[in-house]
Amino acid sequence: MTAQPNAYSAYPDANGRFGEFGGRYVAETLMPLVLELDRAYAEAKADPAFQAELRGYLTHYVGRPSPLYFAERLTQHFGGAKIYLKREELNHTGAHKINNCMGQMLLAKRMGKTRIIAETGAGQHGVASATVTARFGVPCVVYMGAVDVERQKPNVFRMNLLGAEVRPVTSGAATLKDAMNEAMRDWVTNVGDTYYMIGTAAGPHPYPAMVRDFQAVIGTETRQQILELEGRLPDAVVACVGGGSNAIGMFHPFLEDADVKIFGVEAAGLGLDTVDKHAASLTGGRPGILHGNKTYLLQDDDGQILEGHSISAGLDYPGIGPEHSFLHDIGRAKYLTCTDDEALEAFELCSRLEGIIPALESAHALAKLGEVARDIGKDGVIALCLSGRGDKDIFTVADHLGRKI
Amino acid sequence: MKDRIDRRFAACKAEDRAAFVAYVMAGDPDLATSLEILKGLPAAGADVIELGLPFSDPMAEGPTIQLAAQRSLAGGMRTKGVLEMVREFRKADQDTPIILMGYLNPVYNFGYEAFGKAAAEAGVDGLIMVDCPPEEADPLADALDAAGLSLIRLATPTTDEARMPVVVRRTSGFIYYVSVAGVTGVKEADETAVAPYVTRLRAASGLPVAVGFGIKTPERAAAVARVADAVVVGSAFVEVVGSTNENVTSSVLSKVETLAKAVRAARVP
Repeated sequence: MTAQPNAYSAYPDANGRFGEFGGRYVAETLMPLVLELDRAYAEAKADPAFQAELRGYLTHYVGRPSPLYFAERLTQHFGGAKIYLKREELNHTGAHKINNCMGQMLLAKRMGKTRIIAETGAGQHGVASATVTARFGVPCVVYMGAVDVERQKPNVFRMNLLGAEVRPVTSGAATLKDAMNEAMRDWVTNVGDTYYMIGTAAGPHPYPAMVRDFQAVIGTETRQQILELEGRLPDAVVACVGGGSNAIGMFHPFLEDADVKIFGVEAAGLGLDTVDKHAASLTGGRPGILHGNKTYLLQDDDGQILEGHSISAGLDYPGIGPEHSFLHDIGRAKYLTCTDDEALEAFELCSRLEGIIPALESAHALAKLGEVARDIGKDGVIALCLSGRGDKDIFTVADHLGRKI
Repeated sequence: MKDRIDRRFAACKAEDRAAFVAYVMAGDPDLATSLEILKGLPAAGADVIELGLPFSDPMAEGPTIQLAAQRSLAGGMRTKGVLEMVREFRKADQDTPIILMGYLNPVYNFGYEAFGKAAAEAGVDGLIMVDCPPEEADPLADALDAAGLSLIRLATPTTDEARMPVVVRRTSGFIYYVSVAGVTGVKEADETAVAPYVTRLRAASGLPVAVGFGIKTPERAAAVARVADAVVVGSAFVEVVGSTNENVTSSVLSKVETLAKAVRAARVP
């Protein structure tokens, strides 16, 4: 099949470009590895045996397809469009992250790699990486900012239970971006045997496209399920955006459906009027180059990267996947923002009305449901990606509510 | 200016010795001390100077240079300040080439063309951008060409025969061979493994080949100086800056002197 000119799904080009974004900005030592990965992934993608093996694990190990659930009470509450939740929080390990990890694990195995490294912020990608490496019996090292290790002790323990080694990173501000720097340093040092399992749709080509492809199962299922349930496509799809892997997975299968509106929600932290107390790279940042790709970044006047802040550790990243930068610039997707306080409110609302405790990340998307549902109107239908469950966040939320647990 | 680099390498070759390239981080530990060190480098034996542009996320650096970048940024050093330092240096030294080494984002942020122009005016001779592989280099290379600056390319142990022509394309001044797969200042370079790469890179590029990453002692520096056109030492000096509280400048420069002497004496029978 030849891609249509200007077809959104035709991106990236052979050099990993989504318009001006993306690319491969890595040290020369890594360049041959990135090119090798590009070739290996292209082969695997085209191999029916690889796809069948992946489908098998997604069905029997991850628990796919995840349900598309009509959220009746949220719909009533907002009084607008019908709201459906794509239940990614029901996946094994409780979030969408494992879709990508399973895909990359099978690829690493196919490439003959014998050691896996990963970076993690909140620990969700770390747990998913530790899970698939346990399943396949491959040693796994997870880099995690020392500050995050302290904030996310339950996930550190989970990773240890699964047999992964968690290495606290003390350089820089000791959070997610520094963990990613440290993982790159490990990769550059252990080029022969090591596979770098990146957790989001960012990094050097082919990662943004590959992670998107592995996560696109979210949008593909949603499309099929809503056609079965409603006999039509949704009027809008909504997802939270940090690095943006659940969002691009949800959005991508709908990109060429011109009537489907696409909304990403960035973390506005303590507010966009603060210098570095938010994590809204598209809304509050500008294009730059970091972690192997050109994309929107939070940075100072000199191009030094800012830390960013969000109550949700999974959105607390100063960059964003390059495809989102592209969709933002061409206007195909619209990116809204949500503050810490709005996310907390939505966290409680979803828990009480639907009996689903959402991850704080997903709560950012939920917080904008009212706005989108009313905008679409009563006759419309919306699908929102509920990317993860909120059990991991109960300590953070209790803390903000002034409660001790 | 490309000429300054070419002249310096030609002069060293005429003396049948490897050039000695010293790396320090601009603004580390503070502007005044850093400028003093920079001005003292030629007399201490540095033939070429690599001046680090501080960046918040230096992905290819070991802990030593990471901390140096943090000290520099914490002291308020930024890209314009680095160019200011070079301008100061040039008031007294018109001959020692200065190469800026760092990461792409601050330069991209400055604007490639504006940066090329400002750097050339300040007296910079070339640029090494760690996270800019040849595949992404054209826009920067165009701007540097227009400004008369060299874009110095890195080659590594993972650069195979097929990739060598890609790596040497549009590079001038010299080629920087990263002698170990890893970050700066951690693993040790081995001259027997380095020699064949140097020969191949020299043939592919027609340029002098400098070898760096993992050279800390006079013995290693001398060993590499026997097979390469230049020896680069960085982390060893930055370590002194990081661990010394008094007389930082003289401590660093005396370390430079020791390593420079080892390089100069390496090929004397």
